[in-house]
Amino acid sequence: MSFNLLVASCLAYVIFLFAVAFLVERRSGQGKLGWLRSPMVYTLSLSIYCTAWTFYGAVGYAARSGLEFITIYLGPTLVFIGWWWILRKLVHIGRRQRLTSIADLISSRYGKSNSLGVLVTVIAIVAVTPYIALQLQSVVLAFEVFANAAPGEARPAAGQTAIWVAVGLALFTILFGTRNLDAKEQHTGIVAAIAVEAVVKLVALIAVGCFVVWGLAGGVSGIMAKIDASSLHDWQLQPGRWTAILFLAGAAVICLPRMFQVIVVENSDERQLARASWAFPAYMLAMSLFIIPIAVMGIERLPEGANPDMFVLTLPLAEGQGALAMLAFLGGFSSATSMVIVEAIALATMVSNHIVIPTWLRLRRSGAISEDVRSLVLNARRISIALVLALGLGYYRVSGGSGALAEIGLISFAGVAQFLPVMIGGIFWRGATRTGALLGLGTGFALWAYCLFLPSFGDAILPASVLQQGLWGFGWLRPEAMFGTEVMDPLVHALFWSLIANTAVFCAASILSFPGPVERLQSAVFVNVFDGPVGPQRWARGEAEPEALLVMTQRIMGEEEAQGLFERAARDQGKSESMLPDPTPAFLAALEEKLAGSIGAATAHAMISKLVGLDTVTVEDLMVVARESAQLMEHSAQLEEQRGALSRTATALREANEKLTALSVQKDAFLSQISHELRTPMTSIRAFSEILAEGDLPPGTVARSGGIIRDEAVRLTRLLDDLLDLSVLESGKVQLSVSLVSMRDMIDRAILATEKVKPERDIEFTRDTIAESVWMRTDADRLTQVFINLIANARKYCDSSHPRIRIAVRVKGGRVRVDVSDNGKGIPKALQSMVFEKFWRLPGEARASGAGLGLAICREIVTNLGGSIDYLPGQGGAAFRVVLPLRIDPG
Amino acid sequence: MKRPRRPLFLGRIPYRRRRLRDAARLLPVAGVFLMILPILWTPADGGQRLLSSDVIWFFLTWAVLILLAAALAPGLAKPDETRPGEASGDEEEG
Repeated sequence: MSFNLLVASCLAYVIFLFAVAFLVERRSGQGKLGWLRSPMVYTLSLSIYCTAWTFYGAVGYAARSGLEFITIYLGPTLVFIGWWWILRKLVHIGRRQRLTSIADLISSRYGKSNSLGVLVTVIAIVAVTPYIALQLQSVVLAFEVFANAAPGEARPAAGQTAIWVAVGLALFTILFGTRNLDAKEQHTGIVAAIAVEAVVKLVALIAVGCFVVWGLAGGVSGIMAKIDASSLHDWQLQPGRWTAILFLAGAAVICLPRMFQVIVVENSDERQLARASWAFPAYMLAMSLFIIPIAVMGIERLPEGANPDMFVLTLPLAEGQGALAMLAFLGGFSSATSMVIVEAIALATMVSNHIVIPTWLRLRRSGAISEDVRSLVLNARRISIALVLALGLGYYRVSGGSGALAEIGLISFAGVAQFLPVMIGGIFWRGATRTGALLGLGTGFALWAYCLFLPSFGDAILPASVLQQGLWGFGWLRPEAMFGTEVMDPLVHALFWSLIANTAVFCAASILSFPGPVERLQSAVFVNVFDGPVGPQRWARGEAEPEALLVMTQRIMGEEEAQGLFERAARDQGKSESMLPDPTPAFLAALEEKLAGSIGAATAHAMISKLVGLDTVTVEDLMVVARESAQLMEHSAQLEEQRGALSRTATALREANEKLTALSVQKDAFLSQISHELRTPMTSIRAFSEILAEGDLPPGTVARSGGIIRDEAVRLTRLLDDLLDLSVLESGKVQLSVSLVSMRDMIDRAILATEKVKPERDIEFTRDTIAESVWMRTDADRLTQVFINLIANARKYCDSSHPRIRIAVRVKGGRVRVDVSDNGKGIPKALQSMVFEKFWRLPGEARASGAGLGLAICREIVTNLGGSIDYLPGQGGAAFRVVLPLRIDPG
Repeated sequence: MKRPRRPLFLGRIPYRRRRLRDAARLLPVAGVFLMILPILWTPADGGQRLLSSDVIWFFLTWAVLILLAAALAPGLAKPDETRPGEASGDEEEG
């Protein structure tokens, strides 16, 4: 098998991938995606989890540690079949927030914090560098295997191979990974190429496996017997490592930048994830199925000392299967290249969005963004890609290409696993804060570097004294035995301490710190992502010029797309002629979201802030606004209160005024009544006295005139007495002479006193003398006056042929009730409400019968005695009810 | 934010959907149990255990988990025709 042929087929394969990526990009540009968005392609793109580490390293891992290699695939399997827990939420958030990377996720969750973005980016680069070195190492090893197989030919040194591979990969990645800045950071061409590579590596590994099982071991039963007979059989499961790696692989599958890229960023709908939930574990199962057989047969067939990491290649070569070895080589090459490409894109996105652009924004202070941001971003990415690969290459050169592939991979896994607490805390716990995330991540990263990453260089960075005696000679600070935990496996030890400290610091600092406003908003958006859109930060209608916004958007998204976006927005706002929409809050929010898809949430936010003129909206600013509005509210509350008091006063005044008006009317009516009542007797007195003054009159006339004058004078006196009485009673200044009296006595006296009223009528009284035997403390004369009045009225007005007056007394609850009723026709209903008014008489009654003050006086007396008097309807005649207290206190 | 009131009892189809989600949540728990279980096995160095049977155990349980996940996935991926608040409220427990 010629080495040159190998290089040639390698190049041919790369050109083929190139063509696939190019064609797919073109189709996607025409909007014809079709099957490219299918769940199957999505699942295949996830297969970049299986890198050269899987393809070559898993066999080596199995040869060294038996079944332990399987945990690397079981961990992700558990995460994927449990997608309803975490992955679904992550993908949902990713789509809603247009996340571009794991750094973007963490930075935008914690208040679009750029410092967190930088920290995550740095950790990711440091952690992933060994992993990229691992891929280069595997490709170099594979080339060497072929070179050794054909010793005669000229071949480059191992170091040179690594450089060529790195340069080639960098070129491929730059060409396809940074062609455009999509609204969302999706790369259809790359994804398609990766899907092809996924198929190639699966087919290659299964082909080698089938050859080993059926070609060498003689079928399934044969290989089973060989497995039991091999040295692998001595393998022992170490519970600590087993559980730790299971957990580690599960964490890594969501925390690795490239995995986050393909799972979350490249995802376009939930059905893809549902399919991948079982299809991706199935892919990993297929990849793992033949690992043990290949390892067993490699140990058996190949000479002692052969590198088990290369069994996949060396076994077919040793058996003379050149074509199969070629296929296996392409499979391994696919694994390595696809991983490096996606990892480099993911890291480059993080570097440009979280380090380059923020720095550039800070360096220039003026508002308008006139330069070509688009090319700046793309160039930043190109340089970042080259940088990432250069770092990988550097690590490979420094570490000397030694060490088993699996161990290098696990160091990376432990590094990225530091994102786990911050990430899970961020999407499930609203109380997680930026301070907590920064401190937790920092602590975890520092411990990982100290306990695992730096010791992996041997004593190149950490001096041997530190490794053996601990930092500054403190024994309990030894990198591989913190706090005296010497029995732990170094990997488990580092993972244990870094994650414990990470989580503890993260939780404690989150609980103790207080999040800023944007942070709290984002926490609600992330944790309650299924509750429907809460929306990102609302922009107040700022002073942003639409032109400036368009210029900036063009710089970032490209002219055509930006103009299309603005035109659509203008149309939605109902503007037909202008293509510039008003900078409404809704438009600004939509624009930010769109830009966030290209340059990350934090940067997009900062850029729009600059243009809108809200350059530095700090917590303090918001607090000031809040304080001002609180003052305003207090002020208006005070005004409201004063207004209420004023309106209450006005109402009271109005009521008083109405009362006064009514009183005045009453007074006028009263005065006119009185003058009328006084005038009538005065007129007749004057007339008759004039007659008398003429003299010379017959004695009969004199006597009659004198009698009339006397009668009228008496009537006048009585009227004046009554008026005086009434005014005294009404003023409440009446003197009551309270004594113990019998009701019966008072009624007897009243009946006796009224006998002179219409004495010609024969009135029958109905009384219950037993019930009348009530003793009460009251003013006997006044009360008797009331009864006299009532009985006299009855005698006067009862029109029955057999007049009857009924007096009923009843005591109830400390009060006496006296009903006085007759059997006349009573008072018409319409007039009943008037009977107690002054000067009211029954219509058509004789003038002489009274002034109409009797009942008014009665009412005033009863009121003064603490009781009440009412007309009692429905008794078959006129009826009055007097209710009085049994005793009144002497007033 | 205020969540709309949810009914106390569900119809048959939403009820099945809820239980399907419960199953999806429980599946990884069962998976963890099955995959952690081997740490309780007797060490292989006594010679009583066969590596081949261990291999078969892992790949069989792995395949069973995949098949169960495949059985659940289509039902879970169906778009939710019930009110959006219903799904989200359910999610809070998670």
